[in-house]
Amino acid sequence: MVTPRRTVLFEQQKALGARCINFGGWEMPVQFTSIIDEHQAVRMACGVFDISHMGEVFVSGPRAFDWLQHMLANDLAKCPVGGGQYSFLLNERGGVIDDLIVYRMAEDNFLLLVNAAKIAEDVAWLQQHATEGVTIDNRSDTMSALAVQGPESARVFREVFQCEMPARNTFIAMEKCRGAVIAAGTGYTGEAGFELFFANTLAGDVWAALLKAGAKPCGLGARDTLRLEMCYPLNGSDLSPDRTPLEAGLGIFVALDKPDFLGRDALIAQKESGLPGRLVALRMTEKSPPPRAHYPVLVDGQAAGETTSGALSPSLGEGIAMAYLPPALAKPGQAVQIDIRGRHFAAVVEKKPFYRPSSGRAA
Amino acid sequence: MNVPDDLKYAESHEWIRLDGDTGTVGITDHAQNELTDIVYVDPPKVGDTVTAGQPAAVVESVKAASDIYSPVDGEVIEVNDALSSEPALVNTSPYENGWLYKIRLSNPSQLDALKSPDDYRAQIG
Repeated sequence: MVTPRRTVLFEQQKALGARCINFGGWEMPVQFTSIIDEHQAVRMACGVFDISHMGEVFVSGPRAFDWLQHMLANDLAKCPVGGGQYSFLLNERGGVIDDLIVYRMAEDNFLLLVNAAKIAEDVAWLQQHATEGVTIDNRSDTMSALAVQGPESARVFREVFQCEMPARNTFIAMEKCRGAVIAAGTGYTGEAGFELFFANTLAGDVWAALLKAGAKPCGLGARDTLRLEMCYPLNGSDLSPDRTPLEAGLGIFVALDKPDFLGRDALIAQKESGLPGRLVALRMTEKSPPPRAHYPVLVDGQAAGETTSGALSPSLGEGIAMAYLPPALAKPGQAVQIDIRGRHFAAVVEKKPFYRPSSGRAA
Repeated sequence: MNVPDDLKYAESHEWIRLDGDTGTVGITDHAQNELTDIVYVDPPKVGDTVTAGQPAAVVESVKAASDIYSPVDGEVIEVNDALSSEPALVNTSPYENGWLYKIRLSNPSQLDALKSPDDYRAQIG
């Protein structure tokens, strides 16, 4: 087995009592005190997640914009300098290689924030398609990242950086504030908050400052329940090379009106022929064990699909899950059953998301 | 971690308290602390036959479902119904109110293979 990698904050987190799991080849905190406590801290106050395992890939050069317009599914023309945009790397079949956030650092310089388990694959895919006038610079090994999320994030930001938190989907580059830090108004929990990207050497200082300002250390366990309540997909679970963003219900992040991008032909063909499945939100309607990934989903006793993610929602106190179902069964109100260890429990297709945060945005 | 002196322990972190030819089974303080936030307990059914080292119950935390192995062979004679409405009793009272099930032992000599409190303490360090 390959030895898992650790972020530069590993020892500091261990000292705080972090319990770690292997995630995407990284030994990461799954929780510090309790997933439920950490989840509620983000919904009610403020939590901080080490996301240094995620990848930072810079794409620059005179051809960078045109080339990324071809490589990415969303319309980069709608992302001004100083903005961030959710997008996809798709294969020729329109399937998802990775979902990512692209930050436009300058007219011809972009930062791609990609999933930890996909860094090598993404970089190889980009390099394989690279052309002249484009430079791909993978700085994942030398950069760290932290996500601060929750209604008190703006106060924490002011306390640590003495300026205002960047607005949703924008970022600011702070050159002289605790060193060079990129602060973006993005996140994966649905709450207001920010994400920070900086050199590994700054990580200890920034982490300590955020904790001192009141952010509670949170692990990947709470990150998963928080994102699932929002129906934000996790690549490798809810997204895969065999499913398109259209099937995942993420068509608003795919610019089919762009003249050309990788996977476009397949998506248009799929749209014309009809989607084979749709990713739906499922809520348990009777007392049951928590639903989890890879549980069979049935309709009237007949196999209809399989859960891709599932958890007991700490905010709702109910079991929630996502699953790909045939389009005819993918309508809110559709009754289904989830097979948990051989027993069938009632659930229903819900409108996304499961939860509407008090801070941040609705979807 | 609390490891009471009057119990026998399985390496897989279950305990058994003997009362004549019956025993009460639960998970240890160490186990509940590792699992954290127990949100659901799937106990065996009264009348089920359970086998030493085989799964007899499932305890679910927020992050995972964990099999609970029976420390000895026997027939289930009672399950802790309180856990269906209050699974967190396994966290707050692992050796008392958070017990999982009671069995009539069919092979009491298996107790000799279980760990003493000192041996279990050594195991969990």
